[in-house]
Amino acid sequence: MSSPNIVEIEDLSFSYVAARPVLHGVSLRIEPGSVVGIMGQSGCGKTTLLRIIAGWLRAEAGSTRVLGQAVGELDGDGIFALRRKMGMLFQFGALFTDMTVFDNVAFQMREHTDLPEGLIADLVVMKLEAVGLRGAANLMPSELSGGMARRVALARAIALDPRLMLYDEPFTGLDPISLGVIARLIRRLNDSLGQTSIVVSHDVEECFAIVDYVYFVSGGRIVARGTPAELRGSGEPFVRQFVRGEPDGPIPFHYPAPGYQADLAVAASHG
Amino acid sequence: MAERALLAGLLQGLERLGRGASAKIWRLGFAARFFGYMLLHSGTAFRRFGLIVREIYFIGVLSLIIILVSGLFVGMVLALQGYETLQRYAASEALGVLVALSLVRELGPVVAGLLFASRAGSAITAEIGLMKATEQIAAMEMMAVDPIARVVAPRFWAGVISMPLLAVLFSAMGIFGGYLVGVHLIGVDEGAFWSQMQAAVDVREDILNGVIKSVVFGVAVSWIAVFEGYDAPPTAEGVSGATTRTVVTSSLAILALDFVLTALMFTGGNAR
Amino acid sequence: MKRSTIDLWVGAFVAAGFAGLLFLALKVGNLASFSTAQTYQVQAKFANIGGLKVRAPIKSAGVVVGRVSEVRFDNESYEAIVTFNIDAHYRFPRDTSAKILTSGLLGEQYVGLEAGGDGVMLKSGDRLRLTQSAVVLENLISQFLFSKAAEGKDSKDSKDGK
Repeated sequence: MSSPNIVEIEDLSFSYVAARPVLHGVSLRIEPGSVVGIMGQSGCGKTTLLRIIAGWLRAEAGSTRVLGQAVGELDGDGIFALRRKMGMLFQFGALFTDMTVFDNVAFQMREHTDLPEGLIADLVVMKLEAVGLRGAANLMPSELSGGMARRVALARAIALDPRLMLYDEPFTGLDPISLGVIARLIRRLNDSLGQTSIVVSHDVEECFAIVDYVYFVSGGRIVARGTPAELRGSGEPFVRQFVRGEPDGPIPFHYPAPGYQADLAVAASHG
Repeated sequence: MAERALLAGLLQGLERLGRGASAKIWRLGFAARFFGYMLLHSGTAFRRFGLIVREIYFIGVLSLIIILVSGLFVGMVLALQGYETLQRYAASEALGVLVALSLVRELGPVVAGLLFASRAGSAITAEIGLMKATEQIAAMEMMAVDPIARVVAPRFWAGVISMPLLAVLFSAMGIFGGYLVGVHLIGVDEGAFWSQMQAAVDVREDILNGVIKSVVFGVAVSWIAVFEGYDAPPTAEGVSGATTRTVVTSSLAILALDFVLTALMFTGGNAR
Repeated sequence: MKRSTIDLWVGAFVAAGFAGLLFLALKVGNLASFSTAQTYQVQAKFANIGGLKVRAPIKSAGVVVGRVSEVRFDNESYEAIVTFNIDAHYRFPRDTSAKILTSGLLGEQYVGLEAGGDGVMLKSGDRLRLTQSAVVLENLISQFLFSKAAEGKDSKDSKDGK
């Protein structure tokens, strides 16, 4: 009896190196049609979580079910079949640099379907129109700005109308206008195409503006969860520090070091 | 006390050597598995032959200039040097034989192979390495397309196809260069130049063996180039180190294989 | 890069490669001669073949009429058995003699055939009766030295009034 949730993770653990677990006891649920944010500091494990959902990494403990299937038990062919129903937007777009924008968006259609070229051309035009770059169809990726490249990558990712969309740091390094554009696109595409989206980010404002639910990851665990409104009013120290962008709190400003006096050579020689 | 320190240092050195050697052997095994996987998944590359054709353009056609020019110069130098020595034994009419056999049996496959490794091999490694570093390979995997079948295999087969063609063109160009210098510059008799050459160069023994050598070199260089690119760490230093390794390893492989193949092929008529 | 331009260049590249191969095979190598000619086989025994190799030419009156195809050692007569592939266009009498000669002073060794006068021609599988082995340079030199030494001794003896 499969649950209606798009993603179900129960008590997941993972580590790259045996001694240091990156994720520990993580449990989360993603409902169909929702946009969910996974937020936290750089290096807290949120990208690792995304890769486990996408089937790149295998969790060492716990169960991970995506679209009703246990991802950790699938073989190569099974993972490929599952990925046909998912789309992923990489941090810097990852467009194929030796093809035009048009060919990039048409890539999946040409590889996985037998559609005639005329139909593919129409579909590409529609996808590019959805992200507002129909006029850039014949440019090469090197001629695009960062924001434009990311929008083309988005058009490419939704080419075969996937049910689940994964966004890896979609807001990093963009100017304010492009930020707004991408954020709006994520939400609009999710709603109009009936998708479910997971957004991994550490940009509080943009993320909170578009997501329905947020999971906060810190030190490999889920430390907080809730809707943006709930989290803004949360009294939990980590959440407050993160949401308000305070320099010091549960995440300390100073990297652990021995006493300050001891490090200063002058004080030591006089002390 | 000093001896103990020396012994410790020696043991440490040995340990590092052993670890380095076993790491290299591990990597060789990984490369062999990669090779096998790539061969098994080459079907896509051949079914959509346009992929291979496109890579033949970037790998083979764009290497033509350096191959042809180098071939010409090598042939011309062979003629100059060869004449100096041959005419001392009143055998200057054998110049054609010298130039042709040197090129067809050895210099054609080997020098063309070395040039191919440094121009095309390093380009392949850099391209695949950069695709990996900019997450293009990951994106492809995410779109359920096998990057080894789509990106790696076409480049490998394009290299295997291009290498013998380039070696043949190198030899042909070299013989032409030898002809220009020998006949027109030095003044060796044109008839003797070609007729002695034709008498001495056998299609099966010399030309075919030279082509076989260049195919073997093509496989070796292409394999090393795609593997180093695919295995490169996704950083700037990683990719640059990988391209260097491609050129160095390919060159050594060509020279070593050349020795083995020459020993097998050209062991003299009465060796049986 | 347009798809059609790439195809054009690759096609030209492959064509040039094959043209180069053809050039090598025909102008540089010996494909133009002897690969399709009919041949018949004849054998000959030699006491010493010197430096004769497989594929060495067989000439008569200076013209190449065939190639050496095999060289074997006969363990009973302790002689070399050489097999010739002679072009089917050329027929030789049964008493033709075969000599191993050197082209130039230090050049390659080849087989020279001198036709005899017999009315019956050689057939495939026949053996040549008359053969002359190769001249081995070391034997020649030691012969020369020995004869020079003998000459010197004779003249010395005659001078001393023997």
